[in-house]
Amino acid sequence: ERSNLAGVRHILLVLSGKGGVGKSTIATELALSLRHSGKKVGILDVDLCGPSIPRMFKVQDNDVHQCDSGWVPVFVDQDKSISLMSIGFLLEKPDDAVVWRGPKKNALIKQFVADVAWGELDFLIVDTPPGTSDEHISTVEALRPYKPLGAILVTTPQAVSVGDVRRELTFCKKTGLRVLGIVENMSGFVCPHCSECTNIFSKGGGEELAKHAGVPFLGSVPLDPQLSQSLEEGRDFIQEFPKSSAFPALTHIAQQILDGTSPQSS
Amino acid sequence: QVALLDIDICGPSIPKMMGLEGEQVHQSGSGWSPVYVEENLGVMSVGFLLSSPDDAVIWRGPKKNGLIKQFLRDVDWGEIDYLIVDTPPGTSDEHLSIVQYLSATHIDGAVIITTPQEVSLQDVRKEINFCHKVKLPIIGVVENMSGFICPKCKNESQIFPPTTGGAEKMCQALNISLLGKVPLDPQIGKSCDKGQSFLSEVPESPATLSYRSIIQRVQEYCDLQHFQEEKII
Repeated sequence: ERSNLAGVRHILLVLSGKGGVGKSTIATELALSLRHSGKKVGILDVDLCGPSIPRMFKVQDNDVHQCDSGWVPVFVDQDKSISLMSIGFLLEKPDDAVVWRGPKKNALIKQFVADVAWGELDFLIVDTPPGTSDEHISTVEALRPYKPLGAILVTTPQAVSVGDVRRELTFCKKTGLRVLGIVENMSGFVCPHCSECTNIFSKGGGEELAKHAGVPFLGSVPLDPQLSQSLEEGRDFIQEFPKSSAFPALTHIAQQILDGTSPQSS
Repeated sequence: QVALLDIDICGPSIPKMMGLEGEQVHQSGSGWSPVYVEENLGVMSVGFLLSSPDDAVIWRGPKKNGLIKQFLRDVDWGEIDYLIVDTPPGTSDEHLSIVQYLSATHIDGAVIITTPQEVSLQDVRKEINFCHKVKLPIIGVVENMSGFICPKCKNESQIFPPTTGGAEKMCQALNISLLGKVPLDPQIGKSCDKGQSFLSEVPESPATLSYRSIIQRVQEYCDLQHFQEEKII
């Protein structure tokens, strides 16, 4: 029997040691960018306590249906080039807290990995909660037979964030997960009124960490109110705001992923 | 006399923020000694038990719970006025355990932090529901990263826009106190990274004023609780 992940060409995880640095944002924008390059993308949201992905695509009110091979992922539009799975779709009320200990979370993650009928995908992006615990251990274990491409680690520039992401790098090393690179998010803010750039969350920590750890630095994404607004409204930032400040960095990240997975690359 | 307990086992940020990176925990006859920032501020965190900044704590729930239990049982805090517990994001093992283990004593309540956007509020509503479920009183909500004033032109930008009314609207709807809003200030991150007290370093910042007002409201809440308890006794 063919597994539900047999048609998925590349699996990549978005990780961070730290909360609130923008994992879901990066996962979402990466999916949108890859879609704009003609790829079919799925996002598996394994943040069970704080599932952000459905709202970022304005499908938070959708239901999940079953088919013979398992759960049918939620398509974000008629185009069917981006599909999602998240516990967000399974909650009766959106404000319901998922107050589960590890074993119950692990069981659902196993199901999410094995029982979603993704069909043919170029990329499956796995968005994770912050940390190095049950969800991460279970996700990596469940994905191991399918040989994930690797992980993108997201940090903000300050030392307090970088400190946690260093630990996430150790997690990757210990679990044999290849690090595709580090993204430094919330890296500077250009005032729309006077164009002065302020490093609200400091500067450079992500790039330094990448150098220190010997992993690729995928780029710095600036704070961009238009990006925040797009995510709030479930809009396609890549399609609608190509002149916005975060656009170049976000598309550059996607391009590096594409370059790394093209037939010519080793 | 204040104790700060960091139960974010995977991402312990408190040691760095307090300027205590590299400190170790000492054992004595009476248990583990907290690491003191000042005579009246003691700190405990898994960060002090790790030998390298690259050490990852890759533990499942039960092991994390075990350490939290030890922190509560084996640390010799002495007589304290306030025990503040910093938690990781979510509604999971750490949160269940800390409430469970502290149930024999009295928890004044929880301060819940959000940023202004709906993406944050939607998770915070879940956290509020968690508190209701486990009967943890809510002292109030703080809206963090609430607006940014450009240091050059002084215009305000809403970097994290409150598209659904921010914490204010949510608090109104749920009948919870909004303790205050803290604006973005690059000095906050800088102070935390250097392990310095932002309140002492930048006393004139609007963020400092916000923090102080919030802290005062928390103290007032706790004083009122204490007063009400005394009345009952």
